Amino acid sequence: MKKVTLSLLLLLCTFFSPAVFSAIDTFEFDTIEQEQVFHDLTKVLRCPKCQNQSISDSNAELAKDLRNKTYELVKQGKTKDEVVDYMVARFGNFVRYDPPITPATIFLWLGPLLFILFGFLVLFKQAKNKSKTEDELDDNEEKRLKKILKQGDK
Amino acid sequence: MANTRKMLTLSVPLLLFFVVCIFLFKGLYSDPRKLDSALIGKAVPEFILQDIYDENKQHDASIFKGKKMLLNVWATWCPTCYAEHKFLNKLAAQDIYIVGMNYKDDRKKAIRWLTDLKDPYKISLFDKDGMLGMDLGVYGAPETYFIDSKGIIQYRHVGDLNARLWNEELKALFNGMQ
Repeated sequence: MKKVTLSLLLLLCTFFSPAVFSAIDTFEFDTIEQEQVFHDLTKVLRCPKCQNQSISDSNAELAKDLRNKTYELVKQGKTKDEVVDYMVARFGNFVRYDPPITPATIFLWLGPLLFILFGFLVLFKQAKNKSKTEDELDDNEEKRLKKILKQGDK
Repeated sequence: MANTRKMLTLSVPLLLFFVVCIFLFKGLYSDPRKLDSALIGKAVPEFILQDIYDENKQHDASIFKGKKMLLNVWATWCPTCYAEHKFLNKLAAQDIYIVGMNYKDDRKKAIRWLTDLKDPYKISLFDKDGMLGMDLGVYGAPETYFIDSKGIIQYRHVGDLNARLWNEELKALFNGMQ
């Protein structure tokens, strides 16, 4: 009997767990393509209220609003880019997980490249300097070398 | 000559180190929750919203033209708005023109709030569905927009307004607006 009540209690617990309670939005679409676009969008759009969660991931009120707006726009037949542009116009580039190349972000792309180039330049210069000093002997050294070589011949 | 050149080359990593230090140090004190508005330098978006007190009265974007003002986004479900409200009353007493936008809220509760705590707003918009909020890029309450006399958004402050912030930086910003 005890076991039964316990398992019943456990079962009851699962009903009240946050996972069950978290809102599951139901969105209906005309076509599978639209549904796919919607799902892709909710994954690449970032919730401005939360730190590092996509709008599909977040339960924040704002994320819900943005999901609804995305749904509305997709239903109207807007393309992916149009929806992203709509959000960026309102919330700035923060809503994009894939930042565009702007003067402020260009360093993210060029930085590593410049770093590698700079490294090669330094290496190249060093190698050049080294070979120079190794090859050239001054007059005294030249004489000494000849002397040594002569001695070796004997 | 060769020596100074060598010194210069060797000091490059040190300089880089300092630049990175300054960059990271600044990051230490910046609040990642505060975002710049995407609407800076742009006009307030078009809208038609009801007045909070009167369902039959409607307002549109033309109310933001003619003088510089603040647009305060608030809601009764927002505790920070409660903390901020007293200071808004003070600003209103200093003849600063404030438009209020009640964001995703209940009309009755909002009216009760304004009667109990005093109403600092010259005009109160009722944005029940967050339509204007969406167009403004509101991502939380309270938010305050600084709007110049041409109806252009010059600045957005996220979080509460208080005497310290106002006196230290925001007052100068407001007075500097056309």
